Amino acid sequence: MKLLEYQAKQRFAAAGIAVPPGRLARTPEEAADAARELGRIAVKAQVPIGGRGKAGGIAVVDTPEEAQREAARILAMDIRGYPVRSVWCETGLSIDSELYLGITLDRDRRRLAIIFSAAGGMEIEQVAEEAPERIAKLWPDPFAGPHPFEIRQLAFAGFEHAPELRSRVPKLVTSLVALTKRLYEVATSLDAVTCEINPLVLTQDGDLVAADGKLEIDENADSRHQDVAEELARDATGESGLSGDDPFEVEARKRGLTYVHLDGDIGCIGNGAGLTMNTLDLIKQHGGEPADFLDIGGGANAERVRNALEMVLLDPKVRGVFINIFGGITRGDEVARGIIAARDQLHISKPLVVRMTGTMEEEGRRLLEAAGIVPAKTATEAAATIVALTRHRTS
Amino acid sequence: MSVLVDRSSRVVIQGITGREGSFHTGQMRAFGTNVVAGVSPGKGGSDQEGVPIFDTVAAAVASTGADVSGIFVPPAFAADAIMESAAAGIELTVCITELIPVHDMIRAREFVIRSGHQLLGANCPGIVTPGQCKVGIIPNHINTPGPVGIVGRSGTLTYEVIQGLGQAGMGQTTSVGIGGDPVMGLSFPDVLQRFADDRETRAVVLIGEIGGSDEENAAAWIRETGFDKPVVAFISGRTAPPGKRMGHAGAIISGNTGSAQSKLDALTAAGADIADTIEDVVRLTAVRLGTHPR
Repeated sequence: MKLLEYQAKQRFAAAGIAVPPGRLARTPEEAADAARELGRIAVKAQVPIGGRGKAGGIAVVDTPEEAQREAARILAMDIRGYPVRSVWCETGLSIDSELYLGITLDRDRRRLAIIFSAAGGMEIEQVAEEAPERIAKLWPDPFAGPHPFEIRQLAFAGFEHAPELRSRVPKLVTSLVALTKRLYEVATSLDAVTCEINPLVLTQDGDLVAADGKLEIDENADSRHQDVAEELARDATGESGLSGDDPFEVEARKRGLTYVHLDGDIGCIGNGAGLTMNTLDLIKQHGGEPADFLDIGGGANAERVRNALEMVLLDPKVRGVFINIFGGITRGDEVARGIIAARDQLHISKPLVVRMTGTMEEEGRRLLEAAGIVPAKTATEAAATIVALTRHRTS
Repeated sequence: MSVLVDRSSRVVIQGITGREGSFHTGQMRAFGTNVVAGVSPGKGGSDQEGVPIFDTVAAAVASTGADVSGIFVPPAFAADAIMESAAAGIELTVCITELIPVHDMIRAREFVIRSGHQLLGANCPGIVTPGQCKVGIIPNHINTPGPVGIVGRSGTLTYEVIQGLGQAGMGQTTSVGIGGDPVMGLSFPDVLQRFADDRETRAVVLIGEIGGSDEENAAAWIRETGFDKPVVAFISGRTAPPGKRMGHAGAIISGNTGSAQSKLDALTAAGADIADTIEDVVRLTAVRLGTHPR
């Protein structure tokens, strides 16, 4: 799950990382109170995606009245499918320079990478592309964490191409050692796959302050961070703040299904991630467009299959469904029973094509045939059939 | 010949009393795997269908000489189970459990490497050497001995390939599922190296998917080492949209990395035959083995 800016900053602050003074407001009145207390502030929409500034979700205000008016406007916004439920009101900074400090999962190294650059304020991916020499990286020992000498190396390397900061580098490096250790603590204690301060502002007073915060928790560790989830449920749409903009994906999560919504019109159900991806590929190879990715996983029973089929058919664009099952732990007869139950209960009249092989495949096929559903012999044949059947209906 | 496991492997199952652990222990024994012990903290001294259960892996190793472990414990405890296995001196730990937090996996993987042992997985279907030993959940009936080595990230697609090759009369030396997580133990090059060293493996099928750069790294390894056995490669997720996690934690195209095309290009440049479908995998493998007219 992705944390909102205020959640990230509260956690940074708790770890001893400097952030601008700020208050969370869920009503225009609370924003006015924040302005009375803090003076000139930025009112910032709290949504779990980027690009809110461009969308008009950030306003700088001088008075409580202005704060109230702007907060009312922003709280009524919907930014790329995310209704704004709260605004973060914080004081501005006197900026000297913008730096970057982030921690992310490095798949190739199979460790966390700590990334530092003196070129902050823009997307780090863009810096990596345009000026890779300005990025310094460190892959700390996962048991010991980053050692001070490693962080110094990282920082000196990151400042190498920033001559304008040369005189201040020694002091900055000392500050960065403490700051980086704290950020690493935040990242590991929260199971973060992304933990980023961008920009990390060097103020005119020479302090390093986290002006923005991005934190994403590993989905597999969500259950360890219920407090974050509860806050998110209050301040963002979708119970996890993840792809809350797609109602079908939200519904699938409620049903406990691994589902990705796509643009096409052929529903796809498979068992196993690779096989289900391959199911989508086959549809496309035969000229069709998949409507979804739905992996029922290993050992699915009839009820899970019924649930999956019902889920796929919620999307009105779906004109037919391809079910591709390789029975290992999953049993063909169970799958067949689920398909037949779904068809009869939901009165499905759209074409269903089932490819089934493996454990109990004969019994599964017999059940399907008896119920008037023709099983296909191979996945390729099944893909061709469902594409033909759904195309036929258009013409 | 075979890689990683064979009939001399002595297997301990961690989490043997759980639902998955007990069911698959039965399957592995039916396959012929020599399951010498189970581990379930607090249940030491009992047995499960004749397999002695120990409280710790160390005790299981001391009593039975187990050298391979299969892990079926829930995700919250799996990383600890992996480290326990390696610390007890288990040479190959196979972790089937999925949904393990990635920070846990980073540490567990590092721990196993430092102990000088091997980790397969997590979130993998395991490994099978037909006729000798199976550790994991690959269906029993599809495996036949033969000259092909299989290494894949996806479980069910690996089964598809095993079955397809088998029906065409091409069995396997060993089939290895490395798993669908972003941080895993053995990777493609590690397994390819073992197939390189195995005299009886005459061709390799590599089953990759979108996400990360492991297939590209495999291609680079093939080029750099001059790996001279034929490789047939299959990549799933060719039509997956960027930014969407396709079931596996690792199957996601992020920014410029992880697309199927990049993997196909790299593997083509390394001299691999690219298969577009499972039927293609079977056909191309037959051609490369010379059992099928071109």
